[in-house]
Amino acid sequence: MFETLLDAFLFRAGYNAALVTVGTTLLGIAAGSTGTFIFLRKRALISDAVAHATLPGVGIAFMVLVALGGDGRNLPALLAGSALSAWLGLLAVQWISRRTRLAEDAAIGAVLSVFFGGGIVLLTVIQTMTTGRRAGLEEFLLGATAGMLFHDAVFIAAAGLLVLTLVIALRRAMTLVAFDPGFATSVGISVARTDLAMMALTMAVTVVGLKLVGLILIVAMLIIPPVAARFWSDSTNSVVWIAGLIGGTSGFLGAALSASAPDLPTGPIIVLVCFALFAVSITFAPQRGLFAAMLRYRAFHRHVHRRQGLLALARGEEILDPVTVSVLRKAGLVRRDGVATEAGRAQAARILRDERRWDIARQIHRDEAVINRQDILRPIEDVLTRDEIAEIDRRIGPPEAVPS
Amino acid sequence: MTGSEFVQLSLVPLVIGVLAAIACALPGNFLLLRRQALIGDAISHVVLPGIVVGFLISGEVSTWPMLAGAAGSAVIAVVMIETVRRLGRIEPGAAMGVVFTSLFAFGVLLLEHSDTSGVHLDVEHALYGNLESLIWLDGTSWSALFDGAALANLPAELPRIAMVAAAVAVLTLIFWRPLKLSTFDEGYARTLGLPVSLIGFALVVVASVAAVAAFDAVGSIIVIAMFICPPAAARLMTDRLEHQVIWSVVFAAIAAICGYVLAGYGPLWVGASNAVSAAGMIAVVAGAIMALACLFGPHRGTGQTVPQEDS
Amino acid sequence: MTIAENTALELVAANGRPVRHTDLADAPLAVRELTVSYGQKPAVFSLDATFAPGRLAAIVGPNGAGKSTFLKAALGMVPKLSGQVIVFGQPLAAARHRIAYVPQRASVDWDFPTPVIDVVLMGMYRQLGLLRRVSAKQRDAALACLARVGMEDFSDRQIGQLSGGQQQRVFLARALAQDADLYLLDEPFAGVDAATERAIIDVLKAIRDEGRTVVCVHHDLTTVAQYFDDVLLLNVHKIAEGPVGDVFTAENLQKTYGGRLAAVHIDQLRLDPQ
Repeated sequence: MFETLLDAFLFRAGYNAALVTVGTTLLGIAAGSTGTFIFLRKRALISDAVAHATLPGVGIAFMVLVALGGDGRNLPALLAGSALSAWLGLLAVQWISRRTRLAEDAAIGAVLSVFFGGGIVLLTVIQTMTTGRRAGLEEFLLGATAGMLFHDAVFIAAAGLLVLTLVIALRRAMTLVAFDPGFATSVGISVARTDLAMMALTMAVTVVGLKLVGLILIVAMLIIPPVAARFWSDSTNSVVWIAGLIGGTSGFLGAALSASAPDLPTGPIIVLVCFALFAVSITFAPQRGLFAAMLRYRAFHRHVHRRQGLLALARGEEILDPVTVSVLRKAGLVRRDGVATEAGRAQAARILRDERRWDIARQIHRDEAVINRQDILRPIEDVLTRDEIAEIDRRIGPPEAVPS
Repeated sequence: MTGSEFVQLSLVPLVIGVLAAIACALPGNFLLLRRQALIGDAISHVVLPGIVVGFLISGEVSTWPMLAGAAGSAVIAVVMIETVRRLGRIEPGAAMGVVFTSLFAFGVLLLEHSDTSGVHLDVEHALYGNLESLIWLDGTSWSALFDGAALANLPAELPRIAMVAAAVAVLTLIFWRPLKLSTFDEGYARTLGLPVSLIGFALVVVASVAAVAAFDAVGSIIVIAMFICPPAAARLMTDRLEHQVIWSVVFAAIAAICGYVLAGYGPLWVGASNAVSAAGMIAVVAGAIMALACLFGPHRGTGQTVPQEDS
Repeated sequence: MTIAENTALELVAANGRPVRHTDLADAPLAVRELTVSYGQKPAVFSLDATFAPGRLAAIVGPNGAGKSTFLKAALGMVPKLSGQVIVFGQPLAAARHRIAYVPQRASVDWDFPTPVIDVVLMGMYRQLGLLRRVSAKQRDAALACLARVGMEDFSDRQIGQLSGGQQQRVFLARALAQDADLYLLDEPFAGVDAATERAIIDVLKAIRDEGRTVVCVHHDLTTVAQYFDDVLLLNVHKIAEGPVGDVFTAENLQKTYGGRLAAVHIDQLRLDPQ
C-alpha cells in the first residue's frame, strides 16, 4: 500500500490518477488564494450560497442540451449553466439583504437552500427523462474523478491558471477593499467593481471545482486554507500565498491518497487532508497557535500577579488573593508564612519605584503614545530615555527600601 | 386520487412533512434574530456524521441512536467552532465554514466507506430525503385511523417526528422568556443571572435534534430552508415576536403541504407521469413564500434601525 | 473568601456632618485588587475601590481607562484576572438580585420585534420566572416606571422607532422595574438630548433619595460636581475616590488625564461647582 502511495505521489499511479492530481492541485491553489479575499472581506459563507446555487443551472443546461439533440455531457456548457444560476443566486442574496430588513446571513441561507432545492427538483425531473442512463448530475454534488477525460483536465487546468493570474493581478485592490472600503474608495478604487471581481473569481473556482470535488465540498477548499493560513501570518500577501500553498498541498496529497485507495472518494479525502493541515496550523503556529497562546497567557497571568503582589508588599498591604501569594512563593519572593524574603524586598522596591516613575511620567508626558505603551510588562527603562528617567527621578527622590 | 389511495400514500408523508417543517421553523425564529441563521447551515451539514455513526453503532436507520449521534456531533461542532473563533479571532462565518465542511466530508467518507446497502442510507437520501417513500400500507381507508392494528404499522418516522415537534414546541413555550431576553440583550440577560451561554448552546442542540428528525423527510441540506425561510418571511409580516413565531408555523405548514402536493401531483397536471422530489419542492415553495414576503410584507422595510441622535 | 476585617470608611457630607461609618460588609459595591485585561493589555490594574450606600457616584477617566470594563467586571460580564468583587458584603452570585444595570445603548439589536412595554417587563424577569403570567399589577408597575421616565405614551411602540434619548429612557425604566438597591449605569448621558439628560438625572437623584445607591460611568467632566456626590477617578489604576468636593481637584484630574487635559480646561471646571 505504501508503494502505491509513493507511486501516486510521483504521478506513476495511472493516467487518470495523474490527471486528477494535477487538476486538484491547481484547483487547491486557486481556491485557497481566491478564498482568502472573501475571508478577509468577512463573507466566507457566501461561497456556500454560490456553490449550492449552481445546481439548478446545471440541470437546466442539461435539459437544454438534450432538447437540442445532444447527450447532455458537454462540460463547458454545463458549467456555463452553473455559472449563470450561481450569478442569479448572488444577485438574490444582495437584493434580499439590501431591500429588506433581513441580514445577509439569512439571505445567504435562504438562497442556498431554495436554489439547491430547485436544483434537486430538476434533478429528479431529469432522472425520469433519461431512464436507463443516469444523467450523472449527481456527480456534481460530490465530484466524480473516475474516467476524467483529457480535454476536461485541460479545461480545468486552463481555468485554474486563469483564475490564479487574475488573483495576482487584482490582489492589491481586493486587499484594500477587504480591509477598508472607505479608504479604497477615497483612493479611487471602485468597491462595487472589486467586489464583483471577487465574486466572479469565487464563482469561477466553484464552477471549475464542481467536477473534481463537487459543489458541496468546494466550499471547504475556499474557506479552510485561508483560515489555516491566517494562523501563520499577519500580512495579507503572505496569507494569500500560504493559503494557496495549503490548498494546493491538500489537493495533491488528497488526490494521491485517494488514488492509492480506489474505493475512497476523492473529494472528502482532499477536504480532510486540508482540515488536518488546518489542525496543525491552529495548534502549532507560533504567535497565534494554541500552544503559543497558552504559554503567553500563563506568562502574562504570572506577571500580573507578581507585580500586584510586590506592590502590595512594598506598600505594607495585606495580600488577599491566594493565587498571588502562591506565585510569589514559587518565585522565591515570600516565605511560607507570607513574609517577604531578601530577594522579595529588593524586587518590591524596584517595582514600587517603577510604579512611581510611571505616575510622574503620565503627568509630565503629554505624548499619548508614551502613555499607551505602559502595559505593565515593560519596565519604564524600556520606554523612556535615560535623561527622561533622570528627570522623573529628580521629582520622586532616591529609591526606598522595603522594610522587612 | 381516491380517498384510500390518499390515506395510504400521501397522508403520512404530508403529516411528517408539516411536523418536520414546524419543528425546524420554531428554533429558526431565534436563530434568525440572533444573526445565527447560518448555524442552521452548519447544523444541517454536521448532523450527517452523527447520523452515520449512530447508524453504524445501532444497525438501523430509524432509531434514537441517530438522534443521539446528531446531538453529539452538534455539541462537538459548537465546541470546535468556538475554539477556532476565540483562538484565531476568526469571524464566526469562516469558523463555521471550516468546521462544518470538514465534518460533512467526514460524514460522506463514512457513508461511502461503510456498508449501507441493507438500508436506504445513501448520499442522495442524506442530501434530500425520501419523503415519498414513507407510505402506510395498512392505511387502506380513512377508517384505518381508528384501527389499532393498522396504526401499529405506521412508518416509525411519524411518531418520531411527532414527539420531537411536540418537545420543541413545549420547550419553546416554557423557555420563552429566557430565549426572548437573551436574544434581545445578551449583556443585560447575563446581569439578571440568566445562563446566557447555556441558552445559546441549548438552542443549537434543540435545532440539531429537529434537523435530524426532519432528516428523513427532507434530508440534511434542505433543512436550512426550513430553519430560515418561514421565520424570515414571518419577520417581514410583523413587529411582535409572538406573532412572528405564529406566522412562521403557518408558513412552514403551507410550504410543506403545497410542496408535497405540487411535487406529487404537479407533474400529473402537466401531463408527465412521475413525481419530482418532494423535499426540493417544499424548499422551493418556502422560498416563494419568502420572496412574496420580501416583496409585499407589511414590515419588510429596513425601518429605523439606527437610533437618531436628537440635537 | 477573606475580607479584611474592620475596614472602616468615614463619610462626611458637604455640610461637614459625618454621614455614617461604613463597614465593608455594608458597602453596596467594593472591589479589592481587581485586575482585568483584554489580551495582553490591562484595562484595570490592581484596583481597590469602595462605594458608599445611598450616594450618587461617578466613575470618571479618559477613554480606554477601564471604566466600562470595571462595571462589567463588577457584574461578572467579563472575566477578571485577579481580585474580588464584593456586593453588599457578599460574592456577586449571592447578591445579584439587588443590582440593576443600564448598558450603553449599542449592545442591543434595535430591529428586535418587541414593543417598549415588553422591554420594561423584562426587568421583572426575577418575579415572573419562566411561566408566571404577567398580572395587571405588574403591568401597571411597568407603566409606572415608564411614566417616571416620561415614556408612558410610547408603551406600544416598537423599540427601533424611538430616538436615541427615548431608548435610553426605556432602558432606565427597565432598571427601575427591577426595584434594585444598587444601580450601575454605563455612560447614561452619552449622546442624549438635553431634555432626556434632565429627565434621567432627576430620576437618578430620586432613586438616591430613596436610599438606594447609584454608580454611573460618566463622560462629561463639566457636570460631575453638579450631578454627583462621590467620584472615582480611574485610569487603569485608581487615582482617587471620595466625595466630589474633596477629590475632584485640579491635581487629581491632572493625574488622571495626564497631558490630555490642558490646565485651562481644568480651570473651567472649577467655575461654579454648584
